[in-house]
Amino acid sequence: MKRVLEANIGLVYLFLYVPILAVVVFSFNSGEQISVWKGFTFSWYAKLFEDAALWRACRNSLIVAGVATVIATSIGTTTALAMERYRFRFRTALMRCLYLPIIIPDIVLAIALLIFYVQTAIPVGLISVIIAHCVFNIAYVTIVVRARLQGYDNTLEEAARDLGANEWQTFWRITFPLIAPGIIGGALLAFTLSIDDFVITFFTAGVGYTTLSVHIYSLLKFGITPKINAISTMLLANSIVFILLFLRFQGRTTTSQKQEI
Amino acid sequence: MRRNYHLLILLFPVVFWLICFFLLPLVSVFIYSFIERGTYGGVRWIFTLENYERLFDGLYLGILWRSVSTALVCTAACLFLGYPFAYYLARYKPKHRNILLLLVVVPFWTNFLIRTYAWILILRTEGILNNLLGVVFPNWGPLELLNTPLAVQIGLVYGYLPFMILPLYAALEQLDMSLLEAAQDLGASPRRAFWHVTVPLSLPGILAGSMLVFIPTVGAFLTPDLLGGGKVSYIGNVIERQFKTARDWPFGSALSFMLMGIVLVGTVLYFRALQQSESEAT
Repeated sequence: MKRVLEANIGLVYLFLYVPILAVVVFSFNSGEQISVWKGFTFSWYAKLFEDAALWRACRNSLIVAGVATVIATSIGTTTALAMERYRFRFRTALMRCLYLPIIIPDIVLAIALLIFYVQTAIPVGLISVIIAHCVFNIAYVTIVVRARLQGYDNTLEEAARDLGANEWQTFWRITFPLIAPGIIGGALLAFTLSIDDFVITFFTAGVGYTTLSVHIYSLLKFGITPKINAISTMLLANSIVFILLFLRFQGRTTTSQKQEI
Repeated sequence: MRRNYHLLILLFPVVFWLICFFLLPLVSVFIYSFIERGTYGGVRWIFTLENYERLFDGLYLGILWRSVSTALVCTAACLFLGYPFAYYLARYKPKHRNILLLLVVVPFWTNFLIRTYAWILILRTEGILNNLLGVVFPNWGPLELLNTPLAVQIGLVYGYLPFMILPLYAALEQLDMSLLEAAQDLGASPRRAFWHVTVPLSLPGILAGSMLVFIPTVGAFLTPDLLGGGKVSYIGNVIERQFKTARDWPFGSALSFMLMGIVLVGTVLYFRALQQSESEAT
């Protein structure tokens, strides 16, 4: 039985990582074919630097993700505070409604926003994409910050208030530093999801506004070249950096909580 | 009074955002699904049920069935691969367990588009798999794997397997091992103990994982588009076509509403099953 389980573990890891490794390995392939090995080269990476369209898409992605992260993190944090600190009438209803955007298939959210933009004459492009990314990111940030708010004790805040701090001071001096790792973790998650999103951007960006994911998609649809392997490898590296940062903050959360206990 | 005022400030942004950019858009999809399409791709504000009537056309029912059955097969495959995996991981030495778990989380954080593209690299006619098999068997005739339902199925399992493993792991890690020992002390065979103790206790994880895999796969658009090559239609692709090329937004809206309906039925069944498993546990 143990053998079977071990074989399964190995197979699952192979299944998860062989495709990713294949992309990385073939990004150094000198052949013109994306999947036939010819020899080692860095030339595809060098070509990335000359690609103006790619850099424009990259810049757009960073702007969208940056702005959406700031908005979603602020709103997600206030939502998490309201959910954890207060009991109010529509709390459960709000909670269900809040998580609905990440439960429904993303194509439904995408076309709903597209129709809405056309109806309200909100121009499709930068602004419309940022608004759309916030819709799903607010939910994710709320989840991460709520997790941080649960199981932390309110006595510190009470002590601060007893010592004469007003609520504003209490928030910035006590609450905020305590939940900061959760907020940073939520922001990192939001930024990554925003950079990686394709479906919702594809529908809400309109013609002519391209983010990195949309750019890669059009490359895949209209002529696959080995350059895609190099772009993909860069994005993979970027994701790994972000996940390590996220885990560092999450890790700090758990160790500091343990210290408190 | 002052507390209420604070709560209002905290809640205003999220309520505003959800109403304006989530609920109102959903309402507009609902309205669009009942109006006529215009001659040049626009819409005409005339009430009609025709969009919903078209859904019951044999063609669309077939596509719907394909989407649902593909999502069910995908969920079952993820469960089959993920359960023993999560089971083993939950019993692994705590020191290395976190690293092993991290290796499951990394794909969740990496770009879905790129992870799907990776399978094009592997499955193409002159792809990695065919080339490797060609080296081992010199007379190998390349398999046409890409642009088939099988490729779509592989891509979906690959994309959503971590969504199954993580809730399963969370459920199995909390499992009280003494219950298993008790079952075995009372004479249950390991197999019996597994089916009568481990599986029922991990049911919340099984249900949550199945939901997280089923919902996105039933409406998947990108995987069928890239790995199916548009040759086999799934509901996600049909919706995309109504909005991008066919420009029949009212019909696309009706399709989206049907998709939401399927998801809703799935969610209701999930909560029912969850309640049942909880009441049985107590």
